[in-house]
Amino acid sequence: MKKLRRKVYMTAGYNTISLGTGRREFNPKKPRPGIEHYIREAGQGVLKQIGGATNVDESVIGNFMAGRFNKQGHIDGFVPMIDKGLSMKPAVRVEGACASGGLSLITGINHILAETSDVVLSLGVEVQNTVKAIYGADILAMAGWFQKRKTGHAYFFPGQFSDRAGAYYEKYGYNRSRKGMARWYANAIENARLDPTAQENHNTNPDPYGTALKMQPNGRAFVDNLTVLDCSKVSDGASGIAICSEEGLKRSGVDKKDAVEVIGFGHAVRDITNDPTDLTELETIKYSAHHALENAGITIDQVGTIETHDCFSIAGILAVEALGLATKGKGADFVAHGKTNRNSEIPFNTTGGLIGWGHPTGATGVHQGVTIWQQLTGRAGNAQIKISDNRPYGLTINMGGDDVTVTSIVFKRGE
Amino acid sequence: MTYDERLKNVSVLGSAGKMGSGILLLTAVEMADRALLPENKGKVFVLNAIDVSDEGLAGLMNYLRVQVRKIAEKKMVWLRKMYAYREDLIENFDIIDEYIFDVMNIVRPTVAMETAYKSNLVFEAVNESRALKVKLLSQIKQNNTNDVWFFTNTSSVPIHIIDEEAGLDGKVIGFHFYNPPAIQRLVELIRTHNTKDEVVEFAHQYAKNLRKIIVPSNDFAGFIGNGHFMRDGLHGIKEAQILAEDKDMPLYKAIYMINKITQDFLIRPMGIFQLMDYVGIDVMQFILNVMNPFVENEDLHSDLLDKMLKQGAKGGQFSNGAQRNGFLKYKGGKPLAIWDIHKQYYVDIDTFKGECDEMLGELPVSAVAWKSTLRMKNKEEVFTKFFSDLKELSTLGSEIAVRYGKRSKTFAEKLVSDKVANNHDDVNTVMLTGFYHAYGPVNNYFD
Repeated sequence: MKKLRRKVYMTAGYNTISLGTGRREFNPKKPRPGIEHYIREAGQGVLKQIGGATNVDESVIGNFMAGRFNKQGHIDGFVPMIDKGLSMKPAVRVEGACASGGLSLITGINHILAETSDVVLSLGVEVQNTVKAIYGADILAMAGWFQKRKTGHAYFFPGQFSDRAGAYYEKYGYNRSRKGMARWYANAIENARLDPTAQENHNTNPDPYGTALKMQPNGRAFVDNLTVLDCSKVSDGASGIAICSEEGLKRSGVDKKDAVEVIGFGHAVRDITNDPTDLTELETIKYSAHHALENAGITIDQVGTIETHDCFSIAGILAVEALGLATKGKGADFVAHGKTNRNSEIPFNTTGGLIGWGHPTGATGVHQGVTIWQQLTGRAGNAQIKISDNRPYGLTINMGGDDVTVTSIVFKRGE
Repeated sequence: MTYDERLKNVSVLGSAGKMGSGILLLTAVEMADRALLPENKGKVFVLNAIDVSDEGLAGLMNYLRVQVRKIAEKKMVWLRKMYAYREDLIENFDIIDEYIFDVMNIVRPTVAMETAYKSNLVFEAVNESRALKVKLLSQIKQNNTNDVWFFTNTSSVPIHIIDEEAGLDGKVIGFHFYNPPAIQRLVELIRTHNTKDEVVEFAHQYAKNLRKIIVPSNDFAGFIGNGHFMRDGLHGIKEAQILAEDKDMPLYKAIYMINKITQDFLIRPMGIFQLMDYVGIDVMQFILNVMNPFVENEDLHSDLLDKMLKQGAKGGQFSNGAQRNGFLKYKGGKPLAIWDIHKQYYVDIDTFKGECDEMLGELPVSAVAWKSTLRMKNKEEVFTKFFSDLKELSTLGSEIAVRYGKRSKTFAEKLVSDKVANNHDDVNTVMLTGFYHAYGPVNNYFD
């Protein structure tokens, strides 16, 4: 990919809470806010920080499956509902399964690079608690090839990643793999406790690591190789961020120091009708992330924090390997030894990631961008990590389907 | 006849009732699951849902549809395998809808009892009336052309009486579900000296497939569950009457206090008066009337229950499951007021709660709520500490509670010495699983 022809920034991030089981305010029997509420809250949260809707040139909204979760299509039509100032301006809805949020960011970046806009309001939203998990599994399965649905698991995606975990156990050993996965879960919970918007923020388990290690997969009730703690939960939520050119930042009255600069990005898609060539490798993540680093002209050891797509703990471990932080088969040990903890050299998913913060599918990619913006500009509150001078970069990896669509973005604090 | 052959044509009598609808649901699901097995492909299973009320049967079909969906959602992994051969059923949505249809398609709602004449197995869940049970079962026995077996959901009438009076020739067994059958895991199994071994064997297999816990009870009126509960309830009434007299206060206050003691001080899911309301004051009186002629040196009867019924306070549930008023008045399932038997109206608990609670005294700091004990791993330790602390207190509440706990143990021991239950463990299991007590009545906490 060519070097970026123009400076691109992100600022004014905003996350709604990730609502679902685990949050005290969640009651499956009571009515909950709909998709409109989340779009409005996230959108207005961003607009407030950039001087209002008049400064926005166009909007992009990522959403995976409102058509089934909410029986609602035409999602871009909700953008002007956020603020009258967005009326009669361009808005587009993008979809790439769970990478819809990442696509929202990439589309916004491209608008800036194309010089058709100076300020893009980028949003992501999903409201999934409208159906029980067993039906949600059908809806989420649409991120795979429908021709494979019949032979897939009742819980289709957990089934896909259970197969990956099973292959990993077989190749590299069950116990050491499970230790890595338990640590991944514990990190997610401990980080989520530091972010008031996280779904697991109210989790009070004194020993999440012990709980995760003790729980054994049960194929009769769920999938063969994963427990529920290895999986992200069902979430309702939205995130938003402003993507700006230098002029756009100026117009919005935002100082560069309060923004992050997009240094490089990668976006790759593999053929959805093919099975992965190696179940123990996330090849599209590998390709896309390396591409982003190359595009940014940096190496992984300059990255200070990573938000990766841990829809399942095994996906987190495989991402560690895809990034080259550990060789194949050593990712679980890398995690088990605490090398992705929040106090390590390269903290992962510092506000909980998908397992801890939550996974409102279409919003996740944007949420990752917001977290990196918060961390690099010192806005992460109790979840704040120290960003050292020799590792000033942040990286997001957002995956759609079973390693089918991946967006990766490298950020640095504006200066 | 194999297990599946026996299940090919089944009838449930009283299938629109509280117990019957649950039994029908569980049986319909079991039959549908058998029909899904490869070896039963193409075989037709029939379940006659028989009741006197067309309205009840219409409600039953709605209940079934809702409940079968819930059941299907919980066994989706298995269902996907069973429907793997159906290429047209792809999503969980499709498979669950098909399964609901398959279960419903087995059920034939009818008010015509004659449909049971073709059944191999008849579940009886009609009112707890000896005459009615005998009349229905003998009529079916006489007209049925198969070797029909009878499973009776009887909670108090001795099974051998039904067997003899209806001429069932030992092809009958007491299969006593707890309310609601779809949720409560306990089944009291009552065989008579005449019950055929093959009937017992089938009952065990059926209970196992339904994932029920079986406790054998001997064939004595009331069996284990009601044998304990009826006496425990009458004891509660007696305690309240004594308390009212001793303290010279109105009975409704004493009822409040005994209800509170039996819930909070004894760590039970609900107080004894609330439980009597839950069962139904009319049902309780009915069962007592069945049991009383069979007991010696005991009078299982209460004038207070008679009065309550005369005044129209019956308890039990509405058809939507909501609690009817009885000793207590409820809103959203929570007790709000207590019936004043003299003035014949409900008195708000809030108007006298303070003084009554003060009379009872505080709970020890080691007190725990019943709900919190459900998943507690060190229950034994927690209860030992709490009850020993309770015994140390010399408050009115603690004294009555300890006496109540001891009395409850005596009732349990009596069931074993009267040879109703085979051992103490069986009584404890019934109270733990059928009544959701946190600890069995046979314990050392109150010694």
